[in-house]
Amino acid sequence: MPTVYVNDKPVEIGTAKLNCVQAAELAGAFLPHYCWHEALSVVASCRMCLVEMGDLKDGKVTMQPKVLPGCQTPVKDGTVIVTGDYDKRDRALPVLPYDPAYTKTAPLGARAKKAQADTLEGLLINHPLDCPVCDKAGECKLQDFSYKYGRSESRMVDLKNTPANKPGLSSKITLFTDRCIMCTRCVRFTREISGTAELQVVGRGHHEEIDTFPGRPLENKLAGNVVDLCPVGALGSKDFLYKQRVWYLKTTDGVCNGCSTGCSTYVDTNKDIVYRLRARYNPKAQGHFMCDDGRYGYHHANSGERFVRPVVKTEGRFKPVPWSVLLPQLKLDFQTAANQNAMSTVAVLSPFLTVEEAFLLGSYFKSLSPHIRLVLGPVPVIGADDKYPKNVKGESIEPVKFTIRAEKAPNRVGVEEVLKALQGEVIPFAKVTGEALAALWFAGGYPNPAHLDALVPPAWKTPALLVAQDLLPTVVTASAKYILPATTGFEKDGTFVNHAGYAQTFGRSARPPVEVRSELQLAYDLLDRKGLAQAANVRKELAAKVAYFS
Amino acid sequence: MPYEPVLLARINKPNSGKLEGYRADGGYEAFARALKDKKPLDVVTQVKDSGLRGRGGAGFPCGLKWTFLPKDHPGPIYLCVNADESEPCTYNNRILMEKDPHQVLEGIMLACYAIRSQKAFFYVRYEYGDSFRSLEAAVAELYAAKLLGTNILGSGFDLDIVLHRGAGAYICGEETGLIESLEGKRAWPRIKPPFPAIEGAFRKPTIVNNVETLACVTQIMKNGNDWFKSIGVPPNPANPRDAGGYGPKLYTLAGHVEKPVCVEVPMGITIRDLVEKHGGGVWKGRKAKAVNPGGLSMGFVDVNAPLRGADGKTEYDIPLDFNGPGSVGCLGLGTAAVTVIDDQTSMIDVLHNVCQFFSHESCGQCTPCREGTGWMLKITDRLRRGLGRREDLDILIDVGDRIGIMPGTTICGLSDGAGWPVKTAIRKFRAEFEAAIKSGAKSKYAKALAMAGAH
Repeated sequence: MPTVYVNDKPVEIGTAKLNCVQAAELAGAFLPHYCWHEALSVVASCRMCLVEMGDLKDGKVTMQPKVLPGCQTPVKDGTVIVTGDYDKRDRALPVLPYDPAYTKTAPLGARAKKAQADTLEGLLINHPLDCPVCDKAGECKLQDFSYKYGRSESRMVDLKNTPANKPGLSSKITLFTDRCIMCTRCVRFTREISGTAELQVVGRGHHEEIDTFPGRPLENKLAGNVVDLCPVGALGSKDFLYKQRVWYLKTTDGVCNGCSTGCSTYVDTNKDIVYRLRARYNPKAQGHFMCDDGRYGYHHANSGERFVRPVVKTEGRFKPVPWSVLLPQLKLDFQTAANQNAMSTVAVLSPFLTVEEAFLLGSYFKSLSPHIRLVLGPVPVIGADDKYPKNVKGESIEPVKFTIRAEKAPNRVGVEEVLKALQGEVIPFAKVTGEALAALWFAGGYPNPAHLDALVPPAWKTPALLVAQDLLPTVVTASAKYILPATTGFEKDGTFVNHAGYAQTFGRSARPPVEVRSELQLAYDLLDRKGLAQAANVRKELAAKVAYFS
Repeated sequence: MPYEPVLLARINKPNSGKLEGYRADGGYEAFARALKDKKPLDVVTQVKDSGLRGRGGAGFPCGLKWTFLPKDHPGPIYLCVNADESEPCTYNNRILMEKDPHQVLEGIMLACYAIRSQKAFFYVRYEYGDSFRSLEAAVAELYAAKLLGTNILGSGFDLDIVLHRGAGAYICGEETGLIESLEGKRAWPRIKPPFPAIEGAFRKPTIVNNVETLACVTQIMKNGNDWFKSIGVPPNPANPRDAGGYGPKLYTLAGHVEKPVCVEVPMGITIRDLVEKHGGGVWKGRKAKAVNPGGLSMGFVDVNAPLRGADGKTEYDIPLDFNGPGSVGCLGLGTAAVTVIDDQTSMIDVLHNVCQFFSHESCGQCTPCREGTGWMLKITDRLRRGLGRREDLDILIDVGDRIGIMPGTTICGLSDGAGWPVKTAIRKFRAEFEAAIKSGAKSKYAKALAMAGAH
């Protein structure tokens, strides 16, 4: 088995092709780096991951006389890596037989440590050190590494370069040019992942800057990722700029509900307000990145238009009604409808519901009468799948590295599987729009009401009893008798199944507005279930009952 | 007996740049002979055995480089000719290209035949308009005479030479920077390995050779190895890794000399001989203070510093071969462009000028070089404005020491070259720097007290 030694610690790498950064990670050692990113090409230019390297052969370690960039140097059997943290190694491990001539001139790790400190001194030479007003402060790699690997004082007494900021870089992104450390991750991203190549390096030496070509701003649907990629505070998202200090934010693992790709995300909230979404690395879902539609697609959660309490239509006007009054009324209404005309009673489960919610709500209606039909809510499909990278003409090129799907719903597959399990078939919404229904329960949750409005035919006959549960006003809620507030994808936990059948569970990152009951809680109430409405319990139940989810 | 120039033999002869004139002097006979009688491998072996070391700066054995190409490579192999002669005070390639382009072109043809390349890219720096035009005319003559193109001289050997004009950056002379620039990209040197011989221009095996090296190839194939080895410096028998320095060498003289000139002499002439005999001595009857032995990036020689173990001799007497400058703390022979600095010139001004050059030319890819060259410029700028501090000298040496491919902190050697003049100047002329800092004297060349950030 090929073995690599990191600070004397042997680690087996198997058949994997690794560089020193990855090998060190396997051994539990962290190599700081800026320019290297797993998804991008290697440029080895930031010089932060410098290590000392050698070869263990015939019981002797031959060290190379100079430091090497770990990101660019592949490891093989017998490779010896000595990082700048060698003095923090596990001293219980036996020391490798290093060449005494090498250790005589400087202790092991000292060369790498000095080189890293030198690099940081260099990076800070023209850095404005304006952390107090920088959005990145608190999650900035330049701060973190300077603290951990740098020197406490600068020897630079001259004036710093002060290139002008570039707020016009993009409609959504601004560039604080002076904070840039020229790792070129953003440039490589636009060339290798989005393929749109808006960003470039202009100038030379210490007057280098990231810039766009005049008249061609950074506008592509993946552009927001450059903000995530930027290890310092140079690229800022205008959407998030100056909204929050990052240490106030609470981060929860989420799943984007923008399309059927189902990107894994980090949801950053403070006091139940969502401030920012970031991509969470998940090779099974989308990889490292996410699209701007998803990234900036959280504003519906903070919208002032949202339904925040249940209302009932009386005398042509919607009036608030307390849940304690509403729930028995709803139960009675639907029980009556099921008894009188079950064939004409329909429950619509939208592809924005989690599988747990769909399962419990579906179970409730099927418990009223097996003849009540469960219908898959309208699935918005906008255009065609948008694949990246693109070439100069805007055509997508192989190999595809990121896809924004046309199906703008996160959980069609999951809801369909629930429907198949509960009634054996999936009935599309379009099939029931022509019927004059006695009662309809519409569990929506559409973040973009326009998507739903487009899918409801104008000739749609309003059912006699219409209960619409949604986030924002739509044509369905307009004609409803009862409007129930829905919860956003951030205000509940549960499971979405993406286009490829990959199920992802996510957590609740914010509490819904006070008078909003989550769909799952509502289902509990309707079913007269006792105890807390917990998605995890429902999930277990679902797994036991439905083979697809076991 | 005075040395008879070979590489420069035809300079200033009538018709020296014309095919007709070159052929009258026996031009392209070596090439024709090689095509007819020699296998490509024979040419490689002969160049390798001649001991020819690259004239571009690093002094890598030329024939050895050629053998690094993959054997029996099915696809194309390219030759890139590095004529991006941007090292300050260097102009030997320019003279060859302007006045005797066919000698270089024959070298290219021989090299291409040897490495089985059917395409050579001649990368001429933008500033060399005359060279470009002279080469353009010469290449046109060769196509007209069917010495380039397909089936040259009925041998079945095809070769095209593409002239490419650079866009004006020092870094384009770094071999992988040149390749990137040739491919139409920003001239950011590539990470090695893979070396160009394995994966170079357009991701194909590529050899990058200097103009003067290729002119030497012509002469080696014309006059033989015995002739070549009869000139220059044999390897030091005490050092098995020393490849010696055979052959003629073009030295360019610049700076404070009476007669700035490009001369061809056997490798290994001393600086003193070069300046006194060929350059007419230091100008205006002054004395030399420092000499730059081979392009700015090689560092400085202190003319008055005695050589250890050689009585009466000073660093002025070091031989200009591949080992001489290194023995007194310089980086190497470099491009053999000797720049003389007279005793009335302030080393601070010299150093500021050097730092300005390298900070302007750093490509900006690697942090240590990008920020280090800029920082050194700001410090030297402050020094010459009389605002220096004693600790600045130590910072300069520290920065000079830590940037470069030798400590391992950068991708290419530009910053070795940026650090070397700084640290040699301060180590060798520290007293002068300290005196200037102490007196707070402003340089007479310092312009208005514009702050360094304005550069």
